[in-house]
Amino acid sequence: MNDWVEVCERDAIDEEDVIRFDHEGRTFAIYRSPDDTFHATDGLCTHEKIHLADGLVMDDIIECPKHNGRFNYKTGDARGAPVCINLRTYPVKVEGGRVYLQVD
Amino acid sequence: MATKRDYSLLGRDAQAAVANGLSAAEWYHTDVPRKQMKDLMKREDGPAIRDTAIWLGCLVLFGGLGVYFWGSLWCVPFFFAYGVLYGSASDSRWHECGHGTAFKTMWMNDVVYQIACFMIMRNPVTWRWSHTRHHTDTVIVGRDPEIAVMRPPDLARLILNFFGLLDAWHAVIDMVRNAFGVISAAEKTFIPESEQPRAIRIARIWLAIYAATIALAIFMGSILPLMLIGLPRLYGAWHHVMTGLLQHGGLADNVTDHRLNSRTVYMNPVSRFIYWNMNYHVEHHMFPMVPYHALPKLHALIKDDLPAPNPSILHGYREMIPAFLRQLRNEDYFLKREMPPTARPYREEFHGAAMASAAE
Repeated sequence: MNDWVEVCERDAIDEEDVIRFDHEGRTFAIYRSPDDTFHATDGLCTHEKIHLADGLVMDDIIECPKHNGRFNYKTGDARGAPVCINLRTYPVKVEGGRVYLQVD
Repeated sequence: MATKRDYSLLGRDAQAAVANGLSAAEWYHTDVPRKQMKDLMKREDGPAIRDTAIWLGCLVLFGGLGVYFWGSLWCVPFFFAYGVLYGSASDSRWHECGHGTAFKTMWMNDVVYQIACFMIMRNPVTWRWSHTRHHTDTVIVGRDPEIAVMRPPDLARLILNFFGLLDAWHAVIDMVRNAFGVISAAEKTFIPESEQPRAIRIARIWLAIYAATIALAIFMGSILPLMLIGLPRLYGAWHHVMTGLLQHGGLADNVTDHRLNSRTVYMNPVSRFIYWNMNYHVEHHMFPMVPYHALPKLHALIKDDLPAPNPSILHGYREMIPAFLRQLRNEDYFLKREMPPTARPYREEFHGAAMASAAE
């Protein structure tokens, strides 16, 4: 099943920022990029299960708050030590001023 | 009765820390509103470019004057300054650039990281992973590979390291071992297999640089080349050891609250330049995303939730040395940091066992 789940209002996420979104026992990170596009990844760093929503968004990069591991949140690519495993990404859409996440 | 600690990364206490949840635990954080934290975490190139230009410029200047006056006593103050910039300032540059927070531009972090790693004789691959573990399991016995003062303290080792003697000796052994393609069992516990070939390659490059420097010294019949490369790691180490011991020395181990196991110390501006503000050490461990140049602001924001800082380096040593001496008799003893009334209390129920032997 690939359901679209409502996350929040569009303006609930600042530009170049991230929020945490928990759904049915899973946790996600929802991003708003500097060019006003929305993206989603798994919520926990693949290195040591830290919530990425406490991290720093810089352009296309999310930096983990614990060990400064970096990922491209648009593609999920790990960008070097100490992260080696890519993040999983999820489709996101914005309709009627609200952000939706497609979970599987 | 004192319990004997096992600091081996493969030993009894390492297994116990994993089994009882001390490893990779959730640590205490002071609440900071997201907007303020984002401002504090913001990266800039300006401060680190300025500081790096001063650092490298002074290295060239003092090194040049040391060479110019070589053979007379006038070279001594210049090599003294060169040594501190080489053998101590490199410690904080290694650290901050390893976190990737000094510069906004990543390649600048990487370049300064490689230069600083060479000076401080820390393999950039090995130590990146070791420091990652240090932040995951700060002063957790058997898990943290960077505990500078183990219990009971080895005071002879501490004194020798003010001149870099043991650290540099071990660094040379590790470099030669890595250069021959050997990664130790302890290193394998924190360096992923995919990264190990890089550690070996860098060790080989460094070994070649040191071999060339020694060959030049022999050719010239003078230790001057070694005064510029290698030996400053010894004669300039004292400042980074002096400041580094204060980070966690004499404080709690096996706790998950940096207010208990880390120390913030107010320092003079010169030491803060050399140390890149790592004197705000509780703040750094609690929020490693905050660049060194923003740590004073972070300190001002959260200090009401932290133990009072030591007002000077001397004050820090006046509390730390007696604690070391007492730990020689009872290794469970430590300094319990008192909190201001405005602070959220320690989780005594969680840290009860560790607190039992604290100073009253």
